[in-house]
Amino acid sequence: METRTLPHKVKARGGVSSLYDPAIILPAIGDSFRKLDPRLMIRNPVMFVVEIVSVLTTILYLKDLVTGADAASLKFTFQIWFWLWITLLFANFAEAVAEGRGKAQAATLRKARSDTVAKRVVPGQGSRTEQVAASALKPGDLVVVETGDLIPSDGDIVEGVASVDESAITGESAPVIRESGGDRSAVTGGTRVLSDWIKVKITAAPGSTFLDRMIALVEGAERQKTPNEIALNILLAGLTLIFVFAVATIPSFAHYADGKVSVIVLVALFVTLIPTTIGALLSAIGIAGMDRLVRFNVLAMSGRAVEAAGDVDTLLLDKTGTITLGNRQAAEFIPLPGVTAMELADAAQLASLSDETPEGRSIVVLAKEKYGIRGREMGELNARFIPFSAFTRLSGIDTEASVIRKGAVDAVLAFVRSDAASPAGASQEGAVPAARALVSEAEVRALTASADKIAKSGGTPLAVAKDGRLLGVIYLKDIIKGGIRERFGALRQMGIRTVMITGDNPLTAAAIAAEAGVDDFLAQATPEAKLKLIREEQAQGKLVAMCGDGTNDAPALAQADVGVAMNTGTMAAREAGNMVDLDSDPTKLIEIVEIGKQLLMTRGALTTFSIANDVAKYFAIIPAMFIAFYPQLQSLNVMHLATPESAILSAIIFNALIIVALIPLALRGVAYRPVGAATILRRNLLIYGLGGVIVPFIGIKLIDIVIRAIGLA
Amino acid sequence: MTANGFIQIALFCVVVTLLVKPFGLYMTRVFNGERTFLSLVLRPVERAIYLASGVKEDEEQDWRGYGLAMLFFTVAGFIALYAIQRLQAVLPFNPQNLDPVAPDLAFNTSVSFVTNTNWQSYVPETTMSYLTQMAGLTTHNFVSAATGIALAIALVRGFARRSALTIGNFWVDMTRTVLYVLLPISIVVGLFFVWQGMPQNLNPYIEATTLEGGKQLIAQGQVASQEVIKMIGTNGGGFFNANSAHPYENPNALTNFIQIVLIFSIGAGLTNVFGRMVGNERQGWAIFGVMGLLFLAGTLTVYGVESRGNPAFADLPVAAAPSALQAGGNMEGKEVRFGIANSSLFTTVTTDASCGAVNTMHDSLLPLGGMVPMINIMLGEIIFGGVGSGLYGMLLFAIVAVFVAGLMVGRTPEYLGKKIEAKEVKMAMLAILILPLSILGFTAIAVVVAPGLAGLANAGPHGFSEALYAFTSATGNNGSAFAGLSANTPFWNTTLGLAMWIGRFLFIVPMLAVAGSLARKKLVPASSGTFPTDGGLFVGLLIGVILIIGGLTFFPALALGPIEEHLAMYAGLLY
Repeated sequence: METRTLPHKVKARGGVSSLYDPAIILPAIGDSFRKLDPRLMIRNPVMFVVEIVSVLTTILYLKDLVTGADAASLKFTFQIWFWLWITLLFANFAEAVAEGRGKAQAATLRKARSDTVAKRVVPGQGSRTEQVAASALKPGDLVVVETGDLIPSDGDIVEGVASVDESAITGESAPVIRESGGDRSAVTGGTRVLSDWIKVKITAAPGSTFLDRMIALVEGAERQKTPNEIALNILLAGLTLIFVFAVATIPSFAHYADGKVSVIVLVALFVTLIPTTIGALLSAIGIAGMDRLVRFNVLAMSGRAVEAAGDVDTLLLDKTGTITLGNRQAAEFIPLPGVTAMELADAAQLASLSDETPEGRSIVVLAKEKYGIRGREMGELNARFIPFSAFTRLSGIDTEASVIRKGAVDAVLAFVRSDAASPAGASQEGAVPAARALVSEAEVRALTASADKIAKSGGTPLAVAKDGRLLGVIYLKDIIKGGIRERFGALRQMGIRTVMITGDNPLTAAAIAAEAGVDDFLAQATPEAKLKLIREEQAQGKLVAMCGDGTNDAPALAQADVGVAMNTGTMAAREAGNMVDLDSDPTKLIEIVEIGKQLLMTRGALTTFSIANDVAKYFAIIPAMFIAFYPQLQSLNVMHLATPESAILSAIIFNALIIVALIPLALRGVAYRPVGAATILRRNLLIYGLGGVIVPFIGIKLIDIVIRAIGLA
Repeated sequence: MTANGFIQIALFCVVVTLLVKPFGLYMTRVFNGERTFLSLVLRPVERAIYLASGVKEDEEQDWRGYGLAMLFFTVAGFIALYAIQRLQAVLPFNPQNLDPVAPDLAFNTSVSFVTNTNWQSYVPETTMSYLTQMAGLTTHNFVSAATGIALAIALVRGFARRSALTIGNFWVDMTRTVLYVLLPISIVVGLFFVWQGMPQNLNPYIEATTLEGGKQLIAQGQVASQEVIKMIGTNGGGFFNANSAHPYENPNALTNFIQIVLIFSIGAGLTNVFGRMVGNERQGWAIFGVMGLLFLAGTLTVYGVESRGNPAFADLPVAAAPSALQAGGNMEGKEVRFGIANSSLFTTVTTDASCGAVNTMHDSLLPLGGMVPMINIMLGEIIFGGVGSGLYGMLLFAIVAVFVAGLMVGRTPEYLGKKIEAKEVKMAMLAILILPLSILGFTAIAVVVAPGLAGLANAGPHGFSEALYAFTSATGNNGSAFAGLSANTPFWNTTLGLAMWIGRFLFIVPMLAVAGSLARKKLVPASSGTFPTDGGLFVGLLIGVILIIGGLTFFPALALGPIEEHLAMYAGLLY
């Protein structure tokens, strides 16, 4: 099985490992202290409890200092006191480091938001513009943006076309084309027009532009606890309460046995037992998960969306661009009986010479490669190119000698039966319907048969007619992306169903679906059909993810549990989705799901580890605590820790150090493999469950040896 | 440990396992309101009950309605039972002319029987009249058991239903449990017990002259009828003080065997009901596996420890090894009729299930032998457990286990297609919290205040174990006792009564909230990405979570009680 780590093409955006980057570490240290503020601490119940007992310990230590306790006990109390606060600082540090990367990114983004001056069109005065501050723009204002200008705010182009440098947002330096009308009309504030000019209708209110939201998101300013985080916090608070009972009753039990246990020791036991490891790292895990998406150039509008990504049951994937390469390619010329392949290829090549679509170019290439037909100059032929239109669903060429059309089979058939099929028909009024006689029923049947055959094998048939005569079909083939089949296999193992969405007819769709290895397909998909499919899946309790860019995708994007809008898409689509892919790469949906899963897995792994740790801590502290009045309990000291003091200290030091040791794991996330749940569970239970039981036994013993050696206890 | 002993334990395991499917199938049909082979006779009775009581059979309740009905029923039962005890002197069927039961004892006993605990601070044959035993105690043996089963079925419905607001009708579930499950078994097995030699009469006690010419009063009563429901309903309250060690309550090896099978039968069968209702019997078997493994570990520990005997006897002329005429090992507090294997088995079974009947004095077990029943109860009475309460307790632990580890497969945790979210985690934790709160809290009070200390028969760790065991038993609604404790004092009666009440109802309310919340959820279809909860991996995980979250909490207390006593004993120090 492939053990690819997550993003296979991570951009350089903040790519440095933050753990070793002084620019992040140094401010994080300062933040660790600032975060000790109880008003911030209270957001994290487990660590807040630690803070309370740390304050209590501080008071006790001061009291001991004043009353003059013996030196040994003062030294012990001091060390417990010290490590309690260290535990708190380590927890804060983990969170601060996780936030650090986002803060650095936010600073970069802020530069793009620097005060821009906009050229606002003065209403009712033609093209006259006035200079206003970008922050004064209201939705509905029209502004003109010219070469070199920063686009002042989010909006839709109403006039013009321009190449725009969006690197400030996407990190991608290659400029993109934005033009009025269609699905490429949205522009983002903070990006720069490189050439030409555009007139933009502002759509965002000041302070709520895409850039503003992006800054808030990467900075974590609006971070709210996700549903799963809340549930986990409840579990941790519950465990903490259980240990309150377990520890608070000990003095009474000890009193019965004519013994005494000091408050400091009880505090130490309590802090080591409560789940501080996961409590300390929980928010760092969440921030790091969002951050992994950002580095992957995907902006999640909420942490909830990232969690939902991990839960996705059904992936709706657009065929084009995700499953197949963006364009189909001509693979074969299939002439009708009585027509030579050469004849067909010649006509097809001629009809495609000026066709700049990828399909058109591939026809020219095939004609040259297979039949040696060279390119011809349109000018020499005195020809007129007929571009493809959605109405006729045909394209082709009119020369003085002939009329050639290629297009969907039914469109071509309709065309040859019309009057315009021959040069005569095109120009002469009331011409004899001789052209129609050229099409016999046998030819139509033969053409349809070839077309069906192509459709069944997943291709698209393109019929070619010359001068009202059917010549044959071109086999346009969808090229399935390399390795995509294996990825779908991996998704299936993870329990995720893939559904291919395509505008193709069911036959073609079925063939491509089979070749690509998707579980299901939706053919001749309309936005309504897509929405209906999502609702049906959700009614069965499933979570659905999809991506889209057009305005007509917006309802489906909003309905899906994870809706990834392409950055190139319309404003409506970007508003409807709960994630935006800045690279506009629909394939990323798969990685987004993996990042969501990784986030949840990391939380589960560290929770399991944290709880499993308790076994060893009990065995370190219980004998140490009771040995003074029940010496036989020394038998429980299975680690043979040197003294009661060293045992308790070792446990609390281990408890603090393990937080720091696990910060890299919390930020990086646990290793993810696309395999079945049972396999993942077995593996993770072994590592984090069993490991969680064993590691502290070794760790505490080692620390005990060290602190004995350097004379701390 | 002898081959004979192992064979008896193995035989028990086989019989219980064989009962799971038939019990499961039958009870599933009963709770789904389908026809069973007894419907012909019982259906008219059932209808008549609804007609007389005004219960609308088809009207279901949401979790609040269900819980309120249950609480109303329990409180009413509590008041009636208290009244009967206080008034027994003026009521009929009191041939021994016993006095009214003291207020604190009557309170304790009432709580004890309505909570399915059957803790007995009294000596029944010298305290309770025949009427109190029959109309009061035996009645509650039926209905408190039926309440537990009904509640478990309500929780299972929460898992099985999708987008539903209701979880059943408490009155209907109660009625069906008593009518179709408890009564038929009680009648058949009760008659068998009479045949095996248990008394079933209303006679005054018999005065007998012993061989030495001394006088002895031999108690009589409706033993057989109470005996069967005491076991099948995991009640455990004995007709006599000696409970199932008394020859009238447990005449021979066969009745002994049947009694322990009865204790587990419904609890084991309910795992199958659970599996069937959620549409996958393997889910039930996984839960059965967890319970079975924990049970085996307990039984073998007790058997091993007790067979090894007491090191203090090593230099005395006491047969430590088993032989044809000697049981060997530690026979203190055990019936010679049953021996070590069957006593160990009974001890483990009665504390795994919250039965509390005993054929062995747990106080006389060696320290580690006595620790096993304590741990069994501390874990929350989930190893088959009280009828119904064992299943719902175990399912709450399963929810916690799935939540903790389920995240590790990279999905929001799901159990049986239900997403486990904040609400479920909160309620499950609330319920589980109750155990340490009550057990450790009350023990902490009892071992420092004078009235608490006055009840302890022994000093040192053993005395501590007596107090710890009492509150463990009360909170877990088990009812067995470390016999050394003199519990019939206002302090102990009151605190234990509170512990029983807390242990039962503060657990049930959040549990029902979970049921209601689960029922409302959609059912997420399982896929290969779903956390598998019907295999060995889940069984291991659940055991781990139960031991770490449920068990480790009690480690400090256990260290100061049985563990210290054990270590001290091997160091030659006895208490």
